[in-house]
Amino acid sequence: MLEARIAGRAGPLDLRVDLSLDGETVLVAGPNGSGKSTLLRLLLGVLRPEAGRIALDGSVLFDAEEGIDVPAEERGLAYVPQDYALFPHMDVLANATFGLAALDRRERVRRATSWLDRLGVGDLVRRFPSALSGGERQRVALARALARTPRALLLDEPFASLDPIARRQLRASLTGWLREWRLPALIVSHDPADAVLADRIAVLERGRVVQQGTLEDLRRAPGSDFVAGLIEAAPVPAGADS
Amino acid sequence: MRSGRASAWGAAQVVASAALVSFLLLPVAALVFTLRWADFVGGLRNPLLVPALRLSLLTTGTSLALVVVLGSLLAWRIARHPGRASRWMEAITQLPAVIPPAVAGVCLLLAFGRRGLLGSWLAAHGIALAFTTPAVVMAEAFVSAPFFVQAAIAAFRRVDENLLVVARTLGASPFRAFLRVGLPLAAPGLVAGSAMSWARSLGEFGATLLFAGNLTGRTQTLPLAVYTAMESDLRAAQALSLVMVAVAFALLFVLRRMAPGAGLPGPEVRGA
Repeated sequence: MLEARIAGRAGPLDLRVDLSLDGETVLVAGPNGSGKSTLLRLLLGVLRPEAGRIALDGSVLFDAEEGIDVPAEERGLAYVPQDYALFPHMDVLANATFGLAALDRRERVRRATSWLDRLGVGDLVRRFPSALSGGERQRVALARALARTPRALLLDEPFASLDPIARRQLRASLTGWLREWRLPALIVSHDPADAVLADRIAVLERGRVVQQGTLEDLRRAPGSDFVAGLIEAAPVPAGADS
Repeated sequence: MRSGRASAWGAAQVVASAALVSFLLLPVAALVFTLRWADFVGGLRNPLLVPALRLSLLTTGTSLALVVVLGSLLAWRIARHPGRASRWMEAITQLPAVIPPAVAGVCLLLAFGRRGLLGSWLAAHGIALAFTTPAVVMAEAFVSAPFFVQAAIAAFRRVDENLLVVARTLGASPFRAFLRVGLPLAAPGLVAGSAMSWARSLGEFGATLLFAGNLTGRTQTLPLAVYTAMESDLRAAQALSLVMVAVAFALLFVLRRMAPGAGLPGPEVRGA
């Protein structure tokens, strides 16, 4: 379970967020400049909150009052940014094994290739990122992040760099994977279509969570113009996933 | 009308390019083509050559190593921690590039000479720097550091912040993220900066002469040997100069081979 009650600043933005994820997928939606990416950076530990507390599965990652600030590399949070940030000077296998430095080489390769296979990119191990399609890059980035067995997954605009067809395919795949992995996941997006991924939606505006709930909750009582627009543009779920 | 203007603009580019390239090439061509083989071989036997060449390679190699190690850490700090302190540090590291070399020599003497700001304290502890081989290294590092640091800052700034954040979330310490991600991605820029910095320190003359002197085998580098030979024998000076140019080209070639992308021209914009 990931719990965050934090306050932080990034330029003119004053961010105050109280959020928790309990083995579920939460979509943080909000207009540009609402603080979505800043929230991720505060959680990851690359930006330091001014106040508050972050805890993951009972262990404290940050506590301003106690003076606890676990460094990013020890937080156990996996992060996949919008452009996937594959290391361009390393091939797919080297990317996927990057986070497994603590293991011996054979185990590193076994673990990484197993994840690459699961995500359908096991035959690309010798390719460099420049030779991959957008969808392949996202799968490699996910395999790299998950090979470390993280305690939670943070995704920043996961489909923004993809063409519409790849976006639809990968959104459907990711919906299935997240259910299969049962990993707490926080997805930041401004795309209403991503609402189908989430068990719950938290709407962030000007650094504050202005409304939280399921897509249905939000549909019943939209709390702001942005939420009303989000609901209007979000796909109506025919079944559980589409 | 428009095509007439375009052709005049194209012609201006061709004429300006031809004039400047010729002006830059002619002196180097004169150095090569006005020297007879016998004079060149005679110049190679000049007693100034071997000690000066050895000293130049030793001192420029040492100053380059110092500049690259310290400069990489400084440039990383400046590139990754923008703020007032970084802006000041960047401005200060560029100072030597705008100071004339002779003035740089005076500055070094006033700082590290026997009666200098720090030099008097060093002298009291039995350390004399001026007019020694370490003084040559200091003069070369002083004038050449800005070339490396500026290139390194630019190269490190081009490294995508997200790559470093992801490296951290994958368990890399800040140092490992620098070593495995920042450094390799900036390598072409760092090699290009090293080449420029090394070339500048190999050609260093004014600051070395004033701060280190012109003592054969101790502080007389190749440019100072050329200057000394000029006083008695132009052909010997020419032969020494040719050796210096050959050494410079050879080392620059090796450096560029180490990082194939270093200093390559960017994508062409046609018709601009």
